Amino acid sequence: MRTRITRGYRRAVASLAVLGLVAAMAACGSSDDEAGGSSGAITAEGTDDGAELTLWTRAPLELQAKALVDAYNKTHKNQVKLTIVPNDDYVAKVGAAAGSGDLPDLFAADIVYVPNWTKAGLFSDMTERIGKLPYADKINQGHVKAGTYEGKEYVLPFVLDLSVIFWNKKLYKEAGLDPEKGPTTLDEFKSQALAVQKLNKPDTYGTYFGGNCGGCNVFTWFPMVWASGEEVMDAEGTKALLDGPAAQKVYSTWRDLQTAGAVHPGSKDETGATWVAAFQEGKIGVMPYPATLLKTAAKTVDVGVTPIPGVSGGQSTFVGGDGIGISKDSKKADQAWNFLSWLTSEDAQVGVLAANDSSVARSDLADNQYSSKDPRVAMINKVAGEPASKTPYAVNFQQAYNAPGSPWVTLLRNQVYGDAGALAADNSAVTGVLGQ
Amino acid sequence: MAPATTLTKPPEGATAPPGTPRNRKKRGGQALTGWAYAAPTALFVLIFFVAPILLVGQMSVSDWGLFAGNRGVNAPENFTDVLDDRLFWPAVWFTVKYTVVTTVILLGLALGLAMLVQEANRWTGFLRTSFLVPSALGLASASLLFYALYSPQSTPLEFLGIDSFLGTPNAALWSTVALIVWRFAGFYMLLLLVGLQGISGDVYEAARLDGANRWQTFRYVTIPLLKSSLALCAILCVTGSMLAFDQFYILTKGGPDNSTLTIVQLVYNFAFFGQNNLGKAAALSVLVLGALLVVNLIQFRGLREKES
Repeated sequence: MRTRITRGYRRAVASLAVLGLVAAMAACGSSDDEAGGSSGAITAEGTDDGAELTLWTRAPLELQAKALVDAYNKTHKNQVKLTIVPNDDYVAKVGAAAGSGDLPDLFAADIVYVPNWTKAGLFSDMTERIGKLPYADKINQGHVKAGTYEGKEYVLPFVLDLSVIFWNKKLYKEAGLDPEKGPTTLDEFKSQALAVQKLNKPDTYGTYFGGNCGGCNVFTWFPMVWASGEEVMDAEGTKALLDGPAAQKVYSTWRDLQTAGAVHPGSKDETGATWVAAFQEGKIGVMPYPATLLKTAAKTVDVGVTPIPGVSGGQSTFVGGDGIGISKDSKKADQAWNFLSWLTSEDAQVGVLAANDSSVARSDLADNQYSSKDPRVAMINKVAGEPASKTPYAVNFQQAYNAPGSPWVTLLRNQVYGDAGALAADNSAVTGVLGQ
Repeated sequence: MAPATTLTKPPEGATAPPGTPRNRKKRGGQALTGWAYAAPTALFVLIFFVAPILLVGQMSVSDWGLFAGNRGVNAPENFTDVLDDRLFWPAVWFTVKYTVVTTVILLGLALGLAMLVQEANRWTGFLRTSFLVPSALGLASASLLFYALYSPQSTPLEFLGIDSFLGTPNAALWSTVALIVWRFAGFYMLLLLVGLQGISGDVYEAARLDGANRWQTFRYVTIPLLKSSLALCAILCVTGSMLAFDQFYILTKGGPDNSTLTIVQLVYNFAFFGQNNLGKAAALSVLVLGALLVVNLIQFRGLREKES
């Protein structure tokens, strides 16, 4: 009896093992056969043959993603099926899909995570395809560089999100400031915020920042350092340079504003969920702000817009937003490329993105029929092409800066609220994570 | 005397003695029927409980990246990396502190509420419902509600004279405890109320006849007879607090300065926020599972001793 059971058990286990091996070999075979999903010669336009493509993006880009997909689906045989994923769930969803080989044909990623995701091999190589675009060198180079790994290009800009300074013209007028002139240096930023604070209006403050939000201050403080002619990291993204003279001036400016009571008290708890709300309610004089929200903020506030200044002038912006690529699992690379090729065309950049008040991702299209109507939009497009405007590159960016409780959050909180003398140690802690 | 091996034919209709072929066959059939009944549940347990635990066990000893998949064995490094992580011990300490604070306050308050509404009068129905209503709200929804209440943007709680509800370590802890007490006190009250109503009136009658005052009745009658219910509440509360995640994820994200980082949030951070390291996250999960087993075993043992 025991022998029979043992024999049966062994046979079952052996059968399962063989089945598993066969399945694994089949999986390997299929991925080899379909590598890249290319069906012939690579062209600049790709293939538009009525294929159904899947596209994932995160919720903050819903407006632009829907507009782009609707416009593409109306004018092409290929049809893109869009999936919007809540921001906080996006990394987990992409990770799970990557592990099981179920990534969609196309997916967007926060541009600061792109180096990590390209290194992990989630995207297909698009070097040759991008090279065939006649305007390849006009595409925002910050995004292209973030999507370049070991000399191969994997990602194109999907939607740009730039950081700029917004000010409330009504409060500026009341404070005796020139409502048409925003700050051009860090000291001017401080003095203008203090002037609004001196109005002593209930619930109204000089400025606001994400005091417990790493991503908010990467987005708004890094450009202050870049505009001053300094760097925040080395070129490899493995060493933090957050203790330079310009960075120290940025921290001391915010600390002075905090000490003077000119920073909204909500800033100290701010994890990023509501960091733009107070300005939109007309309670803030001047603050760094996401340019994509100009249309929304302008509904309730008379908004002035200027580039982020450095210590003694200069202009910069954080070229953020999302990059997009063809996934490693796509079997329709030529069709997916057709969408990406169209995405970088004038039809999409001007006809869809600029028409919806979003920044264009091509320098040759910065001046267009929509931006010319609003000088603020033209200014936002222009600053994206400034030499000091950048997309920072680091494989461990999320862990070092954006994650809750990251060493960068510790650094910035120490500089504004705590022990400012801990800068060298805090900077080393960021380097420690970047270099892991 | 018949030899022990002698077989005698059993009378007609009698049950076959143990060991006879007929009996073995019948018992085999019964066992098979039993297995057939249990099979769906067993399969369910296997797929949804045993398999995930085995997978977590495998992950915890593997170099398993969120994007990179399984890259082979990485033990005991996953565990040593967890123990060496700068946030591990602060998270352990905070989770223990939060568990103790929450359990003590919740059980005390729930017992008080249960005794308040134990005797039926014209307000009992209203009060019982009022205390229980928050339990009908999902924890994530309740956390979002409190996030809005605490937000300096809207300042609906400004009249309390508190500058910042989530901006300092202490404020963040007590603000979260307030949410949890509001959300769960009614639920534990209900469990204790059932226990209280299970105590016979005769016992109180006897205590009164013996001259016991209110405190003595509470101390020597109510509490001993309510021990099982209290122990159940304590087990649920300790387990829930040690696995706290939603409320902190929504209210504080572990801040300010990692002061409200719980163990489960650290698991989440290892897996999805920055490190993308499923192996390390699984190793910490295994440690949490072990700690929970130990704590629950101690609680169950305490409960059994008290019952005996």
